[in-house]
Amino acid sequence: MTASPIHKMAEKTPQGMARTIKGMSDRTIAWIFVAPTIFLLLAVNIFPLIWTIRLSFTNYRVNRPNNDVEWVGLRNYERILNDPDIWNTMQATAHFLLWTIALQVIIGFALAYLINKKFKGNDLWTTIIVFPMMLSPAVVGNFWTFLYQPQIGLFNYVIAFFTGADPASFSMIGDVHLAPWAIIIADTWMWTPFVMLICLAGLRSIPDSIYEAAECDRASKWRQFWTITIPMALPFLMLAVLFRGIENFKMFDLVVQLTGGGPGNTTTLTSIDLKREAFEKWRTGYSSAYAVILFVTVFGLASIYVKALNKVKER
Amino acid sequence: MKNTPLTTSAAGAILSSVIAGAAMADSHATDLTLCWAAWDPANALVELSKDFEAQSGHTMNFEFVPWTSFADRMLNELNSGGQLCDLMIGDSQWIGGGAENGHYVKLNDFFDANGIDMGDFIPATVTGYAEWPKNTPNYYALPAFGDVVGWTYRKDWFARPELQAEFKKTYGYDLGVPASLEQLTDIAQFFQGRDIDGTKVYGAAIYTERGSEGITMGVTNWLYNHGFQYENPDKPYDLAGFVNSAEAAAGLEAYKELYDTGTPPGSSNWYMGENIDAYRSGQVAMQMNFAFIWPGVEADETVGGGKSGYFPNPAGPAGQFAQLGGQGISVVAYSEKQDAALEYIQWFAQPAVQARWWELGGYSALSAVVEDPGFASSQPYAQTFLDSMAIVKDFWAEPAYADLLIPMQERIHNYVVAGEGTAQEALDGLVRDWTEVFEDEGKL
Repeated sequence: MTASPIHKMAEKTPQGMARTIKGMSDRTIAWIFVAPTIFLLLAVNIFPLIWTIRLSFTNYRVNRPNNDVEWVGLRNYERILNDPDIWNTMQATAHFLLWTIALQVIIGFALAYLINKKFKGNDLWTTIIVFPMMLSPAVVGNFWTFLYQPQIGLFNYVIAFFTGADPASFSMIGDVHLAPWAIIIADTWMWTPFVMLICLAGLRSIPDSIYEAAECDRASKWRQFWTITIPMALPFLMLAVLFRGIENFKMFDLVVQLTGGGPGNTTTLTSIDLKREAFEKWRTGYSSAYAVILFVTVFGLASIYVKALNKVKER
Repeated sequence: MKNTPLTTSAAGAILSSVIAGAAMADSHATDLTLCWAAWDPANALVELSKDFEAQSGHTMNFEFVPWTSFADRMLNELNSGGQLCDLMIGDSQWIGGGAENGHYVKLNDFFDANGIDMGDFIPATVTGYAEWPKNTPNYYALPAFGDVVGWTYRKDWFARPELQAEFKKTYGYDLGVPASLEQLTDIAQFFQGRDIDGTKVYGAAIYTERGSEGITMGVTNWLYNHGFQYENPDKPYDLAGFVNSAEAAAGLEAYKELYDTGTPPGSSNWYMGENIDAYRSGQVAMQMNFAFIWPGVEADETVGGGKSGYFPNPAGPAGQFAQLGGQGISVVAYSEKQDAALEYIQWFAQPAVQARWWELGGYSALSAVVEDPGFASSQPYAQTFLDSMAIVKDFWAEPAYADLLIPMQERIHNYVVAGEGTAQEALDGLVRDWTEVFEDEGKL
């Protein structure tokens, strides 16, 4: 009889180690395997989180290591929640989130619906559409900065072509009213393909037999769309909203590259503001409280949303 | 390059410094790292430092960081006691923090022992780059690179008879180098949106950047000249009425007027690089920028070779001042190679090396170089550099420099670019922010 690989491995295990393992329960062996990961998670995620919460109750400033660190209780939280600038930043973030998610879901779903139809060059078009999300946000930011250039930017020329306005008469990233839309357009261009892929997975998971049954019942295409396609793709759509919501809540690189948070504070999203507080103003205790508030907000909203998602899936 | 008396003397002096420097070379060759911003003068310094390597036997490494992240990167390095840099060419405003936080080695004894006299350097650069506290003989750096905000303009456009005639008709005086900030704004407005050789051009590229120090380095050229002062001259850290005087607010309003009416659309976050690009590509008639760019402008195929002229920041109602730039070179206190780093400073301070520094495109701060009879005519911008260095003023150089800069950037940018509130409100807010910083520092 030929020895199996497992037998060969068992034979090579030193006798001492083999005896030790023999005496262990399956549970102990499982813990031995899982322990390094748990240790890493504790060191990299949980410990910094607890440390941040602790710092959020102090006046600590990392650039002044020699200063006394005082316990300030809830003062940092109080200041943040009463700071009108932070509420403006929250408002800018909400505006960005709402519009990017709405546009990406609508356009992403429409693209997925089209790509789901069988036609010549389907694969090629899918690859072309997916291309923007393969790029680095820094590259996309730079690229759109040029597109938005009033003197030479293609975007301004396209708008001018349709409206008859002078291309140099408006600046997408220099105007307080247009800059929030400039970052929404760039983010939508980059991340709509991601939403499209999730929606495509949802559409392809719907069995053809359901549509065939509907055809037999003489249901119109419109009715099939609203009573079969949308309800069955809804969990995927909701998943896309969750992913994009979390990602865009912490959006940083693309916006920094495009507008730097300006002009003024019009595109200063919470992540940019937090970075300024923590690593430019070095208000470590204050920015820790800010981070905790954002964490609780995202965690709370995401938990409620996941519960709703599970309910939809159970239907 | 023309063989001027300056170049002849430099060549002779270089030869003698090579001979003298041979004595410096010994067996303890060291790898030194010099940290500075990534810009044209840094490339010139690499070239210059080859002589030091040949003479001393040490190897020079360079850590150059783009301007927009230079302060963040290097101040973090110093604050964390890092040993990356043995030599630091830090910004002028870092000198207070460098001295008080123990980042820089105090150089007085070294200067005395090696015959380096601060009296040999341009006084403004000694005060701006080397001393802390200001106006006291405590030196933490050797003036390394003199720099100041000035103006570049399209001399070829200004000289066109049809434009001169139209300008005179509109404004009642000749189109030329502006004698005041008001005239500069007139000229910018005159060129704004004008068609020149089939291209739409704009008035001026000015500093508006928010992320690092850009708009502060720009707006101060208006504020100083309108009467802004950092503090009560008789009572340190007394800000109210000096920072936010009615005259200072008028200066800020004038800067905003120039931004609104005489700058290219989309120039809402521009600093050195963007201004250079706009000028070189023929978008603007004038650009505000530090003097370090002038050699590059002169050498540029499109705008160099006589097409450009240079002038110091024009006067305002309260006088004529310009924002100081430039840096001193310091030995980092955390370096384990301080002896070799000091050797570099000793070498760099030599008149011959300083003359060569100017020839390579570095703005020497040594009086012997700039007072050489051939200096003013050695380059088309040399006289403007001298005139500008005579009228400099600098931002706070306090240890809390970064904390003071951030609110200024925010308040000024939000008013000038985003149009939030009034000039008076912006400066009143700045007084509150700065007062809070000085209270935290225990200075109030």
